[in-house]
Amino acid sequence: MARKISFKEAINEALDQEMTRDPTVILMGEDIVGGSGSPGEDDAWGGVLGVTKGLYAKHGDRLMDTPLSESAYIGSAVGAATCGLRPVAELMFLDFLGVCFDQIFNQAAKFRYMFGGKAETPVTIRAMVGAGFRAAAQHSQMLTPIVTHIPGLKVVCPSNAYDAKGLLIQSIRDNDPVIFCEHKSLYAHEVDVPEESYAIPFGEANVVREGGDVTIVAYGLMVHRASEAAAVLAKDGIECEIIDLRTLSPIDTETIIESVENTGRLVCVDEANPRCSIASDVSAMVSQEAFSSLKAAPRIVAAPHTPVPFSPALEDLYIPSAERVVDAVRKTMEP
Amino acid sequence: MNDVFPLGKEDLLKAYRTMKTIREFEERLHVDFGRGEIPGFVHLYAGEEAAATGIMMHLNDQDRIASTHRGHGHCIAKGVDINEMMAEIYGKSTGACRGKGGSMHIADLSKGMMGANGILGAGSPLACGAALAAKKLGHNGIGMSFTGDGASNQGTFLESLNLAAIWDLPMIFVVENNGYAESTSVDYATAVDSYVDRAAGFGLPGVTVDGTDFFAVYEAAGEVIRRAREGGGPSLLECKMIRFFGHFEGDAQTYRAEGENESNRANRDCLKMFRARVTEAGVIDDQDLDAIDTEVLKAIDNAVEQAVAAPLPEASDLTTDVYVNY
Repeated sequence: MARKISFKEAINEALDQEMTRDPTVILMGEDIVGGSGSPGEDDAWGGVLGVTKGLYAKHGDRLMDTPLSESAYIGSAVGAATCGLRPVAELMFLDFLGVCFDQIFNQAAKFRYMFGGKAETPVTIRAMVGAGFRAAAQHSQMLTPIVTHIPGLKVVCPSNAYDAKGLLIQSIRDNDPVIFCEHKSLYAHEVDVPEESYAIPFGEANVVREGGDVTIVAYGLMVHRASEAAAVLAKDGIECEIIDLRTLSPIDTETIIESVENTGRLVCVDEANPRCSIASDVSAMVSQEAFSSLKAAPRIVAAPHTPVPFSPALEDLYIPSAERVVDAVRKTMEP
Repeated sequence: MNDVFPLGKEDLLKAYRTMKTIREFEERLHVDFGRGEIPGFVHLYAGEEAAATGIMMHLNDQDRIASTHRGHGHCIAKGVDINEMMAEIYGKSTGACRGKGGSMHIADLSKGMMGANGILGAGSPLACGAALAAKKLGHNGIGMSFTGDGASNQGTFLESLNLAAIWDLPMIFVVENNGYAESTSVDYATAVDSYVDRAAGFGLPGVTVDGTDFFAVYEAAGEVIRRAREGGGPSLLECKMIRFFGHFEGDAQTYRAEGENESNRANRDCLKMFRARVTEAGVIDDQDLDAIDTEVLKAIDNAVEQAVAAPLPEASDLTTDVYVNY
């Protein structure tokens, strides 16, 4: 039965259900229990924002707090994944990729290929992404393009609690390494989520709004900005079709191409920096594969080519807004 | 078993065969690489055979090792098939990794060999993961990482020492100290005199052995591995050893002292030392060892012949095996 729960609760529920179903699933990360060895409560925090709260009480030492050693524990999760466990490691913020990237892109991502198809590395790395939390440059960046670039990794970035639960369950069951990106500005966002366990397959985008004039491709928080923009544009009779990618690797090119063949116009919305982004990737792919269908040049709405600023006055300008999406859509409609 | 050694004759012959196989595998690669017959880079383990062999005699397929760029010796001692290894080094489709890994990435998970590794120090966290899996799954396997004296200055190695200690993992950190990080001396690059001191700094017991002495390695490794299996936690084992060749093949080795290589070959050859020990004790005859020498040379010749004759990967192999499914 479905009931409204938050994105954060949906992630907790997915972890709980998979840990209950499969004894080889373990969780590790900084403060995911939050209080190990401390004089107070053992599970004082349950994650820095409380996402794993309550799981320690149910699953005990299958949850492991780690020292502040991202290389060591992410690497251990990767190694354990090749030895019969199905670890879910939390890299608190994807920005911390910088301190452990080798274990992800040189090790986990390459084992299967380097070893001639003889290795499986079923590890899930959860990490918070995105701006809007006034968390400044080193805790806010949308680094999805960097991980999407790497062959051997799968990359997931849900836009709502329903998808978050189903995609996280699929990530844990998946036999390849998965980077699961959680937009922290969506943690409190609620939608209907079934109580029972379900998996959403990778590589299947979700058409969240149908329309015949312009295709908007987005993921994560940007799906919501695109929806706001579409509502504004609908008042002027412009009908947008919004495609929520859900997974960035694999990516559902078929749904995108089909939509653009129908609308003839494309706007890509991406919270990442603009160079070599998901938006530029989709735009290039559509230009190559559906050029003859295009009635206007594809447009990209992305963050500027800057780090994420601290001051709210600047951070609000940094994150692509619904207004910028509206402007971009209108530009594709100009004669 | 006999009075002189902790191993019976069969095991002693097995140890010699393993060391000799590593030696001849590497000597042959040295020659064939020089002739331009092998693509890429090779980093040879010759001179260091007693360490891999003395340690791996204690391990089974359930125990996982994470190796280094200088991984051929670890592979052979862990039981990886030499025909598949040679074919891999030649980039052939019959290789251990179907020609996609090469010398620096040979792996055979069925033998507990988690891979040679082109990234120095990267194996330590991975092996900690293997040790964690053994602990969580409740089998008495262990994790073991090999790290050179150079890579023991990597953060990954140091972080892993702490992680293994706080989680009390069945994990062994082997430091293969051959005195050179590529060309840079350990005296220059590492501030502590002994890696045992470094282990102590992380709350781990450590022991240093002469890595050219098979029997010293066998004994020391046996103790730390037994402790790990019995739930006594991680240890560090430093093997002081000799690298007969350069960092990679083609290395002119101008950083070495004059006559260093010749002196090492003459005085610190672990195979010669092993032969002298077992024959002088009267446990094994020279003829037994000579027979192994002949068989090993034949096996290496055969491995090269097979590798040369084997088919190259198909063009279609370029894009396979990136994912389990995608």
